[in-house]
Amino acid sequence: MGTELVVQLLYLAAAVLFIGGLMGLGNPETGRRGILLAEVGMLAAVVGTLLHHDIITYEWILVGLVLGSAIGTVMALKIPMTKMPERIALSHAFGGLAVMLVGITEYHHRGAGMNTLHISATGFEVLLGGLTFTGSLMAFGKLQGFIGGKPFVYRGQNASNVTLIGVSLAVLAFLVYAPATPAAFWFLVAGGLLLGVLLVLPIGGADMPVVICLLNSYAGLAASATGFALGNNVLIICGALDGGSGFILGMMMSKAMNRSFSNVIFGAFGATPDAPGATTAAGGPAPNEANLDDAVEILRSARTVIVVPGYGMAVSQAQHAVRDLAQALKRIGSEVRYAIHPVAGRMPGHMNVLLAEANIPYDQLFDLDDINHEFSATDVALVVGANDVVNPAAKTNPQSPIYGMPVFDVELAKTTIVLKRSLNAGFAGIENELFVKPNTMMVLGDARKTLTAFAAKLKE
Amino acid sequence: MSPTGGVPIFELYIFVLAAFVGWQVISKVPHLLHTPLMAATNAISGISLVGSLVAAGGKFGTLSTVLGTVAVTAATINVVGGFLITDRMLKMFRKRPELARGKREG
Repeated sequence: MGTELVVQLLYLAAAVLFIGGLMGLGNPETGRRGILLAEVGMLAAVVGTLLHHDIITYEWILVGLVLGSAIGTVMALKIPMTKMPERIALSHAFGGLAVMLVGITEYHHRGAGMNTLHISATGFEVLLGGLTFTGSLMAFGKLQGFIGGKPFVYRGQNASNVTLIGVSLAVLAFLVYAPATPAAFWFLVAGGLLLGVLLVLPIGGADMPVVICLLNSYAGLAASATGFALGNNVLIICGALDGGSGFILGMMMSKAMNRSFSNVIFGAFGATPDAPGATTAAGGPAPNEANLDDAVEILRSARTVIVVPGYGMAVSQAQHAVRDLAQALKRIGSEVRYAIHPVAGRMPGHMNVLLAEANIPYDQLFDLDDINHEFSATDVALVVGANDVVNPAAKTNPQSPIYGMPVFDVELAKTTIVLKRSLNAGFAGIENELFVKPNTMMVLGDARKTLTAFAAKLKE
Repeated sequence: MSPTGGVPIFELYIFVLAAFVGWQVISKVPHLLHTPLMAATNAISGISLVGSLVAAGGKFGTLSTVLGTVAVTAATINVVGGFLITDRMLKMFRKRPELARGKREG
C-alpha cells in the first residue's frame, strides 16, 4: 500500500510536469525551462516504476538503460540539423518497437487469462506499435534515400490495404472473444508490421510532414493502449498528449496543403505525372535563366528582400550561406526577412530550426499569413530551393494537383530570384509557371555555392 | 465485475481529458517550434519505458527479459536522445543574432 501510493504520486507528478513542459514550448524564451520540467517528470516516472513490486532483477534494466542512453546521446549530439526529419522518423520507429515488444511480453505471460479489456488494449498495442515501427522505418528509408522517395503504387493498392486493415480489426475482435488463440495474436503482430510498410509505400517525399505527424500520433496511441493494458495512468496521459500532438500537427500540415488526411494517405500524390496540369515544359515558354552577375545587381539595388526557403535549402545545407548573404545585404542597407511555409521541408518547423541553427534571429522568421501580403511591396523575393509553395498554379490552375493550396505570392515582388539545382520539374512532377514569368530570374546550380557567390560579390 | 461491465471508464476519463488538455496546450505552440515540439513529445512518449522496465526486470521468463531489455533500450534512446536534441534545438532559437557570432566557425 505504502509503496504503491508513492509510485502513483510520482506518476501524478510526472504527468503534471509533462504538461507543464509542453506549455513551456509555447514560447522560445521558456522552451528550455519546459524541457527541464519534462525531464524531471520522466525521472520521477522511472524512479516510481523501479519501486514497483513486480520488478525483481535490475541487471537487464541497467543494460538497457546504459545502452539506450549511450546510443541516444550519440545520436542526439552528432546528427546534423538538416537530418532532423530522419531522426524523428527513426525515433518513432524505436517508440513503436518498444510498445510492440511490451505487448508481446504481456500476452506471452498472461495470454489466455486476459480479460476483455486487457486483451483488447494489448491487441491495439501490438497492432499500432508494429505499424508505427515499420511505417517509421519506411519513412526513414524514403527520407534517407535508401528507398526511392517517389510514391510506389500498384493496381488495387488502396483496396488491398483497406482489406488488410479490416482483416486485422476482425482478427482483433476474434482475439478479444477468444484470448487463448496465440495464432490470432501473432497474426495481429504480423498484420501491424505489414501495414506499416504497405501504408507508407505509396506516400511521396513531399507528403512526409503529414506522415511523420501521423506516425507520431500512432506512437502516442500505442503508448496509451499500453497504459490501458497495464492499468497505468501516466502511460495513458503521455500517449494522449503525444497522439493529440501528432494529430494536430498533421491536421495543420494537411490544411496547409489544402488536402485531407485520407487524400494524403490514399492519394499517392505525385505518382501520376500524366495527370492534367502536369504538362511538360517542351511546349511552353522557356524559363528565364539569369547569370549570377545580373542577379547580384538586382540584389544590390534591393531595399527589401524576403527569403523563401524550401527543402532544397536543407539538401544543399545552405542555411549558413543564407545567413552570410543576409548579413552582406544588411551591410548595404537592405532589410531581410524570411517567409516560412508550414509544409516547407520534410517536417513541421524544419526550416525554422535550420535558420535558427544559422543564428538567424527568430523574430525575422514569418509565417505564411503574416508575410504574404508583403510581397507586393518587396523588391526581391529570393526563393531558395522551394518549389510547390511558390507555384502560382495553386491559385490559378484548377487542373493542378496542388490547386487550392495556400502559397506565397512571390511573383508580386518586383523581382523574384529562384535558386534551383536544375530545371527538372519539382518533386511532385508539377510544372511551375513562376519560372517563366518575365520578372523571374532563375539561377541554376547548388544553392549554397550560388548564395556564397552572391555574398562575395556584394562585398566587392 | 465492476459496475461498468469491464469497460475501463475511469481510464477513459483520463484519456479523454488528457487529450483535451494536450489539444489546448499544443495548439498554442507556434509554427516556429514545431520541430522541437515533435522531438519533445517523442521523448515524452518514451514513457513506454515504464512498461518496458517491468517486462525486463519482472519474473516472467527469458523471452520477457530479452524482449523487455530491447524495449528498455529503444525507449531509453527516445527519452535521452529526445530530450537532448530538443534542448539542442531550443538553444539555437535566439532573438539577438550577434550573441554567438564568434562561435559559429567552431
